[in-house]
Amino acid sequence: MSVDEGLLRELTPRVIGVLVRRGADFAAAEDAVQEALLRAWTTWPGPAGAPRDPLAWLVTTAWRCHLDAVRSAAARRGREVRVDAEPAPGPGVAVDDTLRLYFLCAHPALSPAAAQALTLRAVGGLTTRQIADAFLVPESTMAQRISRAKRAVAGVDLDRPGRLPTVLRVLYLVFNAGYSGDVDLSAEAIRLTRQLVRLTDDAEAAGLLALMLLHQARRVARTRADGALVPLAEQDRSRWDTALIAEGVDVLQTALARDRLGEYQAQAAIAALHADARSVGETDWVQVVEWYDELLRLTGSPVVQLNRAVAVGEADGPRAGLAALAAVPADVPRRDAAAAHLHEADGDLATAAGLYAAAAQAAPNLAERDHLTRQAARLHQALRER
Amino acid sequence: MKYLMLKHYRGGPVKHPNAEPTMDTWTPDEVDAHLAYMDDFADRLRASGEFVSGTALAPTGTFVRHDGEGRPPVTDGPFAETKDLVAGWMVVDVESWERALELAGELSAAPGPGGKPLHEWLELRPFLESDAPVTE
Repeated sequence: MSVDEGLLRELTPRVIGVLVRRGADFAAAEDAVQEALLRAWTTWPGPAGAPRDPLAWLVTTAWRCHLDAVRSAAARRGREVRVDAEPAPGPGVAVDDTLRLYFLCAHPALSPAAAQALTLRAVGGLTTRQIADAFLVPESTMAQRISRAKRAVAGVDLDRPGRLPTVLRVLYLVFNAGYSGDVDLSAEAIRLTRQLVRLTDDAEAAGLLALMLLHQARRVARTRADGALVPLAEQDRSRWDTALIAEGVDVLQTALARDRLGEYQAQAAIAALHADARSVGETDWVQVVEWYDELLRLTGSPVVQLNRAVAVGEADGPRAGLAALAAVPADVPRRDAAAAHLHEADGDLATAAGLYAAAAQAAPNLAERDHLTRQAARLHQALRER
Repeated sequence: MKYLMLKHYRGGPVKHPNAEPTMDTWTPDEVDAHLAYMDDFADRLRASGEFVSGTALAPTGTFVRHDGEGRPPVTDGPFAETKDLVAGWMVVDVESWERALELAGELSAAPGPGGKPLHEWLELRPFLESDAPVTE
């Protein structure tokens, strides 16, 4: 019988919570639970099968691992330390345990990379190897990153409430890390955000969940069979996942009804308007621009300003889009690509081709670079055939 | 034996007339064919157990050096136009120098405009292993 990976991951933060309540510090508890997870991976598929009460099994196993670790550390120091082999049952597993771990793992003292790794391990229940594969670094590097992160938060009081915006930011980064190795980080980010929404009842957490669901709904349509990017306007919309869209829209509407707007809700609203349109021509670009105005008011971000200019180009024509683009600082990433798109819509293929080529040179990843190179090649070909 | 195959944006011996690196002037189909060839090449090395790692690099580089205790490092650049610039690399672990030559030759045959092989120069460098052998 195979291991129910989803169940293991879901139980991970709760088991850490139990160990911390029994007096283990976070770093030790997290190590012990990781060890217990690895044992579950090897023993549950065996002849005895998975235990009837997986949570109890994990707690017992992790606690034993913890005691072993304490004893061997004590032995290394050459001292005898008395530890209770069977602790008094602590208070029941508090719902808040998991939420506290979210806050701890996204602590502002941690770099974004460290926070993502720690969240995936302690809250997500992934093994170090899986996390390393997902971020394309050696396992030993990832193990080191995680153990340094744990040291950085060692003194943090678990009972103090943390900052939700940093947690949302970390989950957003995990979602965007996407897919490589055998773990789908986007799906994992959705699972963790869904759980967070249940724990916090926060409008922005719900907004982030809606945003993720609406993007995930388009994922299969966003790449060709050979891996090439397909821009929104050219996607086969019949391949969008309507169930995910319906759920995303539903989550978003509930969040918006609470009248506590934030940037994730505004971004989700834009994604929902795209999801609503059966073709790019049917998109309600006027409303898209209005949401970008809202988002710009909330964030003041030049990246939003750039995206807004593209939407203005659709709503009011490429000239209006180029006028809006003129106010966007020159060093904003992807500005050349946006300018190329608007110039092409305006009929200036030569300028557009040059800008696409320049954008390809500055592209932050291979998929975008190849896409932009193809765009430049397409326009150069059109110019030759004129 | 591990070998590094270095692809350069420019530099190296005199170019073959087919070697036209500015892909944005090719047709989209030629671009697709080239990228597919590269992907396929890496996949075949994975399948044969010879692939170690590989990556493409952004076309700008910055030179950096130490500038004394307590001072920030000195930088020169970023340069998009240096004499020689590494475009990317691939590391392979193969049985022999001959096999490494064969693979580099294959990679250099990636198609360009008109589907013709690019004949791009690749630089092949053997790894120096960090440990001396256990047996003497």
